[in-house]
Amino acid sequence: MSEATVDGVDAGKRRFLTLATTVVGGAGAAMVAVPFLSSMAPSQRAKALGAPVTADISKVEDGARVTYVWRGSPVWIVKRTPDMLGTLSQLTGEVADPDSQQPQQPEYITGAERAIKPEVLVMIGRCTHLGCSPLFRPDADAADVPGEWLGGFFCPCHGSKFDISGRVYKGVPAPTNLVVPPHRYADENTIVIGEDPTDTGAA
Amino acid sequence: MGIQANPHKTTGFLGWIDDRFPLTKMWKDHISEYYAPKNFNFWYYFGGLAMLVLVNQLLTGIFLTMHYKPDATLAFGSVEYIMRDVPWGDLIRYMHSTGASAFFVVVYLHMFRALLYGSYRKPRELIWIFGCLIYVALMAEAFMGYVLPWGQMSYWGAQVIISLFGAIPVIGPDLVVWIQGDYVPSDATLNRLFSLHVVAVPFVLVGLVVAHIMALHEVGSNNPDGIEIKENKDENGIPKDGIPFHPYYTVKDIMGAVFFMILFSVVVFFVPEGGGYFIEAPNFVEANPSVTPDHIAPVWYFAHFYAMLRAVPDKLLGVIVMFGAVFILFAMPWLDRSDAKSIRYKGTPYKVSLALFTAACLLLFKLGTEPTTASKIIQARVGTIIYFAFFISLPWVSRMGTQKPVPERLTDGH
Repeated sequence: MSEATVDGVDAGKRRFLTLATTVVGGAGAAMVAVPFLSSMAPSQRAKALGAPVTADISKVEDGARVTYVWRGSPVWIVKRTPDMLGTLSQLTGEVADPDSQQPQQPEYITGAERAIKPEVLVMIGRCTHLGCSPLFRPDADAADVPGEWLGGFFCPCHGSKFDISGRVYKGVPAPTNLVVPPHRYADENTIVIGEDPTDTGAA
Repeated sequence: MGIQANPHKTTGFLGWIDDRFPLTKMWKDHISEYYAPKNFNFWYYFGGLAMLVLVNQLLTGIFLTMHYKPDATLAFGSVEYIMRDVPWGDLIRYMHSTGASAFFVVVYLHMFRALLYGSYRKPRELIWIFGCLIYVALMAEAFMGYVLPWGQMSYWGAQVIISLFGAIPVIGPDLVVWIQGDYVPSDATLNRLFSLHVVAVPFVLVGLVVAHIMALHEVGSNNPDGIEIKENKDENGIPKDGIPFHPYYTVKDIMGAVFFMILFSVVVFFVPEGGGYFIEAPNFVEANPSVTPDHIAPVWYFAHFYAMLRAVPDKLLGVIVMFGAVFILFAMPWLDRSDAKSIRYKGTPYKVSLALFTAACLLLFKLGTEPTTASKIIQARVGTIIYFAFFISLPWVSRMGTQKPVPERLTDGH
């Protein structure tokens, strides 16, 4: 060290040691933070609770909805009437993503119906805005839904509107259509939520 | 230079302590020889009252924790157990839940006082910033406390507030899962919010309150005239317009505290749910992850931000507006460029602007607690624009109009 030694203190050496200690200490503190921050991630138990749910739809009436819980979220099954399906084509201009271009459904779900069988809608009942569960308002001009209404789902939290296929209206807070979960038909009236049609139940 | 032990030269037992711990020095610096302006008015009650409510929250919180169970299957039942079976449990719980609303009442009035008299202006910028941080910590604390009973509003409130972080691009969805500790709000979420509500945030709050008061006592209190009393000192170095905090303001604050506690008791005894504004009706139904209540609204003290969120038809933008409404407060000391601190000597444009801002806040508070309709969304948009316009136009508005000359000495208070 070329710097002068004053009163027995080598200033350069002292500065180097201070800096080195700070860097080592800082790195140590950052590493200690890892286990604490990681402990807040989902536990092994939470990760394991994702098993598929089986729904029997034989007793669901036309135009009615039943709710199942899959991975902690509500999953709706709606038996849609021809009238309900008829509203879809009228709303093409009103909804933001009429043909389901955004990846809000498995790839085997397409088009305006957003279902494997057009008359059976399977959908995760969580608003894509902030996760409230929208209300089922199947009738036209429901009293609590602002604006023109042909039936569908209305989120009471922030006023987002979705049609009977879960397609989001334009100009509401929710950015995307409601999510269609992976599902398959085990037989005509039994739906397995959480498995794709290619999963044949073996596992 | 440095710390001098026992600068006041006390003797005896007190002297023995003062040689080792600055007891007399602290008492004199902060209480008996802290000179505050002599013209404090009604608006100056609310800082002290906020501390009183903080003590109420800490005390009642400790006792509630003795009976509450932070478990998604037990929490709702344990709150009802406190209400029905724990001796005086209903009173302690209502003191805590009413205290939360009272905290925001006094804090909002305290903040409004600062807007009236320019208490955020140089050299008090750090007092204001510590105050804003207290407000942020208080909102976090209140939100987490509201989740603990695990009723319907607790659950769906947690769902909505935590999902706000999901609007952040790229990391949002993973961040939400990390905060919740699960893929949906669940037992893990409740348990960690309990930990933060009871341990972490109270520590932060108390620390910030200490910093707020230390910064205040370093520069001295502002007053309704917005004059620096330290610029006019007598031969002993005491501000001519100052009076010692004790006994003058301790007595004044005790009188305010007594009056406040009478009002507080009336609410706790007779309307503890505040007509559905302090504790909402759906929160007396246990959390149900598959059904959102038909009409979901936040508690009144968050309603203005909620109205803003609903007013914006875009997820990310809505969240930015909502958080922006809080964080723009921090800029206040640098946005106000008028010569006078106090509204008494500011120009008419500022007065009009502040009145509009106040009206917009009240409108947003009202709208946020009501169900949405098309016309209310328009009103909320107007309110949101006025709210932000107040801050954004302030550098110009605060210099417009005729400002009155600021006197050298206080004009009232005898």
